[in-house]
Amino acid sequence: MINSIYQLTAPRMIEVTYDEIDLSVPSVIIRPTRLSICKADQRYYQGARSKAVLRKKLPMALIHECMGEVVFDSTGTFKAGDRVIAIPNTPIEDDEIIAENYRTTSKFRSSGFDGFLQDYVQMDPDRLVKVADFVNPDVCSFAELISVAMHVISRFDKIAHKRRDTIGVWGDGNLGFIIALLLNYLCPNTRIYVFGINHDKLSYFSFVHEAIHIDDIPADLKLDHCFECVGGPGAENAINQAIDHINPEGTIVLTGVSENNTAINTRMVLERGLRMFGSSRSGREDFVKTVKFLEENKEAVRYFENLIGDVIDVRTIPDIHKAFDADLTYRIGKTVLHWNK
Amino acid sequence: MVFAVVLAGGMGSRMGNSDTPKQYLELGGQPIIIHTIEKFFVNEKFEHVIVLTPESWVAHTLNMIKKSMGNTDRVSVIPGGDTRNDTLYNAIKFVEERYGIDDDTILVTHDAVRPFVTHRIIEENIEAARKYGACDTVVPATDTIVESLDGEIISSIPDRATLFQGQTPQSFNAKKLRDLYLSLTKEEKENLTDACKIFAMKGETVHLVEGEVSNIKITYPFDLKVAATMLKGDIDK
Repeated sequence: MINSIYQLTAPRMIEVTYDEIDLSVPSVIIRPTRLSICKADQRYYQGARSKAVLRKKLPMALIHECMGEVVFDSTGTFKAGDRVIAIPNTPIEDDEIIAENYRTTSKFRSSGFDGFLQDYVQMDPDRLVKVADFVNPDVCSFAELISVAMHVISRFDKIAHKRRDTIGVWGDGNLGFIIALLLNYLCPNTRIYVFGINHDKLSYFSFVHEAIHIDDIPADLKLDHCFECVGGPGAENAINQAIDHINPEGTIVLTGVSENNTAINTRMVLERGLRMFGSSRSGREDFVKTVKFLEENKEAVRYFENLIGDVIDVRTIPDIHKAFDADLTYRIGKTVLHWNK
Repeated sequence: MVFAVVLAGGMGSRMGNSDTPKQYLELGGQPIIIHTIEKFFVNEKFEHVIVLTPESWVAHTLNMIKKSMGNTDRVSVIPGGDTRNDTLYNAIKFVEERYGIDDDTILVTHDAVRPFVTHRIIEENIEAARKYGACDTVVPATDTIVESLDGEIISSIPDRATLFQGQTPQSFNAKKLRDLYLSLTKEEKENLTDACKIFAMKGETVHLVEGEVSNIKITYPFDLKVAATMLKGDIDK
């Protein structure tokens, strides 16, 4: 069967290309229905990656955040019409120690491997997680980002010591919002502080103990653990502030992507015996936990609904450009594509 | 119930040197007709996919379907008729005999030589046929259309803004299609080669579904080269 794939061929240039889907391979064919734009997609789209990276990765279909509908399943796992969250990571070898999302051999959609801007996507059944129809489909469009936060918190839970009276989250963007919100539900007895630079963005964090501007953090505020969700040039200040406010033997979780190296106060890291670990992509287990969370926490889904920014009906390639342009104007929030191309 | 009707009745005499009907020529890894049938086979909104081929090609088509889609009871291959109308009527008879036709029976008819049809076009055809009783897939005309009644001088040049090029699928309420077909005189049957035209001539509304310029019909050798280039940009594939 001939499939249409909408690839980024150069910055801000999307063209349709065609490939064949072999139906004799046991697999699930999904139709992407709701998609969401990630900052990484936006960086490719704008050409804000090095020339070498663009040369290596393009042409490539963007978007790795996707909810779809099962169209056809020759494996017998799903029914046609089932709503599923698609997992963009595809492991190609087993490893007892290294998780699927950190294996260097794994393929990740919209990072050197075609993303979900396609008419149909052929997937293995274990790369799909069924989600109940009652969960807001626009929230499901960015379930992948929620699963990344779920992954971060799951690893934190295994690595960090168990005293969790106070936790600080640096970053008033999407990931900071999602991590703070999940912590609020998963650690109900913890006082959660969020630190950011925009008063208007911080006002969205009404569910946490306190949302504070980074210039106004009380000097005597002590935190058991910290999450850095800033990335970019601001990550340095965030990490060093976290080091200043963390209690000994606390854990600092790094989640923000920085293009440049970051200078941090290692003297204090040593003196306080801190642990630091990084976390980025999620795996199947995190998607399953995320879907369960969305199905069981209707109130949390309503908070996630606040993140929905522009919703663009995409029927043409110019509509894809419109969605990426709209996405640029958001300082917080997710641009959702209703995929009707 | 919704049925897909893949029309491959023609012998493809326009395909130049090849004796093989054009729908059986290879594109990428398999014949054009198989690519097209698969688009409907994977969409479980279709109760059944009916493929109409020249009688002598029925067995070969079944073998190819088995190879690509396995042993399936969702696809039938039956002989087409002498004209496109007869072929379509054979599909109506098949549905009527096997499933019965009621007010909700929809036929989505499609040229076997249009393998680039998209999910959206198919879905919008089903929706429009349900809502309006008939629909035609079209794209706005890009060339100026010149009318000449004698083939020598221009009679008129219609306003291009009101002109569209017809593609497929064309989709219908099966009951309406059957009743209209049965009401045609022998002469009308010979002249009205387009099912949407039958609807329009009989005063029925035919809704437009937006097609895609890529939903090309592989009619001439040139088209096959274009199709091969579209598919992975390799004309030798």
